[in-house]
Amino acid sequence: MAFDWQPVWLTIKLASTTTLVLLIVGTPIAWWLARTHAWYKQALSAVVALPLVLPPTVLGFYLLIMLAPDGPVGRLTETLGIGSLAFTFEGLVFASVLYSLPFVVQPLQNAFEALGPRPAEVAATLRASPWDRFATVVIPLARSGFLTAAVLSFAHTVGEFGVVLMIGGSIPGETRVLSVAIYEQVETLEYGQAHLLAAGMLAFSFLVLMTLYLVNGRITRSHQP
Amino acid sequence: MSGIEVNLKHRLGDFDLEVDFTAPAQGVTALFGPSGSGKTSVLRAVAGLERTTQGVVRVNGETWQDESRFLPVHRRPIGYVFQEASLFPHLSVRENLQYGMRRVSEAQRQIPFHDVVELFGISALLPRSTARLSGGERQRVAIARALLTSPRLLLMDEPLSALDHAAKQTILPYLERLHDEFAIPSLYVSHDPNEVARLADHMVVLDGGRVTAQGEAAPLLTRLDMPLSGYDDASALLVGNVTSHDHSYHLTWITLQGNRIAVPREDLPVGRHARVQIQARDVSLSLRAHTDTSILNILPVRVIDTRDISPTQVLVRLELEDGQTLLSRITRRSAMGMGIREGMQLYAQVKSVALLT
Repeated sequence: MAFDWQPVWLTIKLASTTTLVLLIVGTPIAWWLARTHAWYKQALSAVVALPLVLPPTVLGFYLLIMLAPDGPVGRLTETLGIGSLAFTFEGLVFASVLYSLPFVVQPLQNAFEALGPRPAEVAATLRASPWDRFATVVIPLARSGFLTAAVLSFAHTVGEFGVVLMIGGSIPGETRVLSVAIYEQVETLEYGQAHLLAAGMLAFSFLVLMTLYLVNGRITRSHQP
Repeated sequence: MSGIEVNLKHRLGDFDLEVDFTAPAQGVTALFGPSGSGKTSVLRAVAGLERTTQGVVRVNGETWQDESRFLPVHRRPIGYVFQEASLFPHLSVRENLQYGMRRVSEAQRQIPFHDVVELFGISALLPRSTARLSGGERQRVAIARALLTSPRLLLMDEPLSALDHAAKQTILPYLERLHDEFAIPSLYVSHDPNEVARLADHMVVLDGGRVTAQGEAAPLLTRLDMPLSGYDDASALLVGNVTSHDHSYHLTWITLQGNRIAVPREDLPVGRHARVQIQARDVSLSLRAHTDTSILNILPVRVIDTRDISPTQVLVRLELEDGQTLLSRITRRSAMGMGIREGMQLYAQVKSVALLT
């Protein structure tokens, strides 16, 4: 029996898209949280951290209601002519972004807080505009935070199951990612395939985390005077 | 209008800043005061790093901020030196130096890279990583980096305070040279009277968020009602010209309108402007001009006023023939014994003189 690569590619595509979107969305949120003294900072931090404690089914349930054709997001997407996002790849990306948000925001926020305002101030006095100093000073100095955020969001998306099942179902090539595929193979007693995928996931996860720790260890060491 | 006009009002919790001063368009203006007096806040506001409730900053007629406009930091032609060198750790020394320079259009670069590198003695450090520099080297690179943007105003926030005494002594000559080589006006924050005496031409004294005095540095340093004269190392600053060198005894003579002072020989051209610093504790007073003494520098002076600085000691402020002031710290017993009073003519015997530039 031929090995079905489709769930593997779909998972990689989902995790990469989610990571990219998250870095774009999460960076300004983390920057704001690291710099602000606003009274609602704590409230926003709590909202960002919610996916850490909520059962994925709860998140999936609300998302399903939101994305449904008569839900708030669904109505918007219907008017825009995109149709409902539930049970689509785009819907999965939307859900994954929310689900993995804390894994991007927290390492970035920590990195920005550790950096403090000084390097950006120095760059400003050396004529660097806000974007310029972010690109040439903040990003390189917070690179271990960015790396951690990217790896965690990728790995966490690869590992998600509950949310995907709730709002994506299992449409081959569209929403049938690795974790769902394994679940179904076990359901249908195809242990051979399940073993392959599960062992692959295990090896992949270990390698990712190992690389992260190694690289971060090196960055931290090279920063010590 | 030329000069640096600063007028700021700011409330920060229970700290109230209300500062109004004008600094000359040339030379070093020291912002002097105890910690918590608002010096750094003023400097940060001038740089645009801090927004004040109300603020006007004008530099040589150019408005950086007033009620209707606020030039962001990166558009102000400033050079800022922070207390800690704050070099970028991900860049080499050369890249640090070039960071600001590259962001200034070539037409506006007036200070050549090699001149600055030479002046600060950092050419050997260029390829190095910043992590391997000593504290003094880091601060030299930071000052050079600020200079390379060809600033129209140099802002320095206690650039020596994070350094140990030895490193401080190695940087001071660079700062003095900076003053001579580049005609960039600077605001220099400090709480060290010794540093102020060595570097400043002009002074703004701050206390509790208010300006308590401003003007030329030399007379302010010796004013007995100012906190400066109360320090253990209270000193006076005299300005004169190099008039001759004595080769046989290895001395340089500096003339202050009629009087002359000998200092250990320095290779300075005759006619050059020179500043000397004289510590109050190195000046003793005598009723007659002694010739039978080992002291070389004896200057006729007139007593302006006196102040008791401790139960044993008195600080006497003296006027030289050319109007410059000198401080002398003597015991209260001597002052009583000699009958020192205002207007009295005396001779100041100066035991040691430091030539600054």
